[in-house]
Amino acid sequence: MSHPLDRYLRTDRLPHVWCPGCGIGIAVSAMLRAIDKHISEGHFSHDDVAVVSGIGCTARATLYLNFDSAHVIHGRAIPFAIGLKLVKPNLKVIVVSGDGDIAAIGGNHLLHAARRNFDLTVIMINNMIYGMTGGQVSPTTPPTIYTTTTPHGNYEYPINIIKLLSALNASYVARASVTHPHLIEKYVYKALSIEGLAFIEIVSTCPEVFGRHLGFKSAVEFFNKLKEMVRFYEKPPIEKSDIVWGNEVIIGEYIINDREGFVRSIYKTLSK
Amino acid sequence: MNVLVERCKECGLCINICPKGVLVRGEEFNSRGYRYAVPKNIDNCIGCKLCEYICPDIAIFVVRGEGYEG
Amino acid sequence: MRVEYLTGNYAVAEGAITAGLRFYAGYPITPSSEIFEYLAKELPKVGGIVVQFEDEIASINAVIGASWAGAKAMTATSGPGFSLMIEGLGLAIMTETPLVIAYVMRAGPSTGIATKSGQYDVMQVRWGAHGNYEIVVYTPWSVQEAYDLTIKSFNVSELLRLPVILLSDATLAHLWERVVMRGPEEVVIMNRKKPKVPRDRYRPYEPDEDLVPPMACFGEGYRVLVESLTHDERGYYKTTNEVQRKLVWRLVNKVRKNKHLVVDSASYFVDDAEYVVVAYGSTARSAYALVKELRSKGVKIGLFRPKSLWPIDDDALIRACSKAKKVFVVENNVGVYVNEVCRFLKDKEVISIPVIDLDIPSPEDILDVMREWL
Repeated sequence: MSHPLDRYLRTDRLPHVWCPGCGIGIAVSAMLRAIDKHISEGHFSHDDVAVVSGIGCTARATLYLNFDSAHVIHGRAIPFAIGLKLVKPNLKVIVVSGDGDIAAIGGNHLLHAARRNFDLTVIMINNMIYGMTGGQVSPTTPPTIYTTTTPHGNYEYPINIIKLLSALNASYVARASVTHPHLIEKYVYKALSIEGLAFIEIVSTCPEVFGRHLGFKSAVEFFNKLKEMVRFYEKPPIEKSDIVWGNEVIIGEYIINDREGFVRSIYKTLSK
Repeated sequence: MNVLVERCKECGLCINICPKGVLVRGEEFNSRGYRYAVPKNIDNCIGCKLCEYICPDIAIFVVRGEGYEG
Repeated sequence: MRVEYLTGNYAVAEGAITAGLRFYAGYPITPSSEIFEYLAKELPKVGGIVVQFEDEIASINAVIGASWAGAKAMTATSGPGFSLMIEGLGLAIMTETPLVIAYVMRAGPSTGIATKSGQYDVMQVRWGAHGNYEIVVYTPWSVQEAYDLTIKSFNVSELLRLPVILLSDATLAHLWERVVMRGPEEVVIMNRKKPKVPRDRYRPYEPDEDLVPPMACFGEGYRVLVESLTHDERGYYKTTNEVQRKLVWRLVNKVRKNKHLVVDSASYFVDDAEYVVVAYGSTARSAYALVKELRSKGVKIGLFRPKSLWPIDDDALIRACSKAKKVFVVENNVGVYVNEVCRFLKDKEVISIPVIDLDIPSPEDILDVMREWL
């Protein structure tokens, strides 16, 4: 008996390492559905897909995916993906990593990828914590919350990646949530056919670590709580993109632009 | 509805999301010590696939029969 | 074949083009920037891509990605940039990614003097990354050698699936000399081994007899797995002693076992030499001049010049010093490589001759330090 997504998985490595109820699994399976849709529609083939990740819980995805994959060093998935795509532009290159990997250590690379409108699909699964290493604060952790490196409460202010990217040149910027997997699939499907940078932030639950910091007793409790906060707008304005924990998490497609992607621009220039 | 029992981690998300109460926590343990979800009330299933989409372990898939009305 | 008048930096760029370079990612840093600028102009003419990245960290990681897409890829940098690239270098070593880094040494530590030379970093280049591994480093002493050893660097990197470092310095970088450049029919170009088994039986880290695994690249349908975690032949993360030992020893023995294909050196006037000078890179030019002068005065002195700093051609070193009473290691730093030489010449008196000079130690300066032992 095999799951319809099994052909995209290294099934000999399952069950995966993510905790019971971890949102990453939800996001990854929605992503696979979107890829599957494109492949069955003949837009590209299974061999054309490449997945690159850095380090962290989300980044473990590449260990389980049956594509050409790269599990590189912390924060450096985006430059690796760029090198890959520049040499083989026909590849569909997807970067899957967490908030720490992409917004903290990898922040500069994200900025320049967005500045260039580089042709990648970047999926940042934001669980607002450094899960793999035991629960340290992340640049996206909401204020006041206990983490292991802010044990007296988080005095840090979180970054709003959506707003940051709106100041740059990305073609597509969206936010989804693991509480609404259908939207994840829809946005990833769209991202894979966009020219330029397609960035999707997926707000996720980390029941074992962040959930504990927040005081939730189960994955279901955390999930339901997040679902209460999530509001969907088809095209929300940037002014509404701040995540206000306990109050509002607005998902939707914030930015959709028809812009020339970097690959087209560089090939055009250099072939002269 | 098919549950790949060895992948289930007893997180309860499928049970929580099912609008028809089809799934319950089972009595049997898989080899990792989790009591996997079981579609006890399968007759109530409307084929919405919410369980399939919400499972983080890619452990559930639903095959829609001829009676499915989109 | 054609003869050109080039600087060390331009020769590295031309050597790379001859070797088949198709991707360059870099960040400007004195004294290496000319390599970047020259390639930015010339490489697209042969279908290659050159991109300036936001920092050296992005550059080295992009080079690794490009290599995995199947292209011969390189970057060039100096001390501060190389220090940033070291984690990426470790990734390339662990994932067995062929690539070349042209490291043009400058005066350090830290920002130092960007436009001046030195040989301070001969250990950093070997031991910089964390973990145990072997790496290959070539160091030219002339512009011609900068050209030839760059081609060799690419070949060895493809042959052993390893990052190779071409270690130059600020003096050589801007030195103008005659270079004989090879056409494609005149030079051997090596490419990475490709898999010989069907896709479903391919394992990305399963080595052949020579300890080097054939390398499938992205987009070829092999479902490769580039893995920075400790991995088995499939690239699967494993935390057992067995897997760790197997992997680490193979990464080390991959170079040690193939040493004969990698090492390179030159010996001058050593057959009857009572004194042997060991020098490398630009400093060896002055050492050579000094040795010739002392020979003309009747001193039985010779020169051993490693072209591969790591691994050193130890057989040739031992042979060159077989009759020597004293061995002088002359270098433009505080006496660093001398420790490696000592390791092999246990029964010889090995004396460190450090001569720090921002351009190139002169033969007179070297003699001043050596004199008391002659």
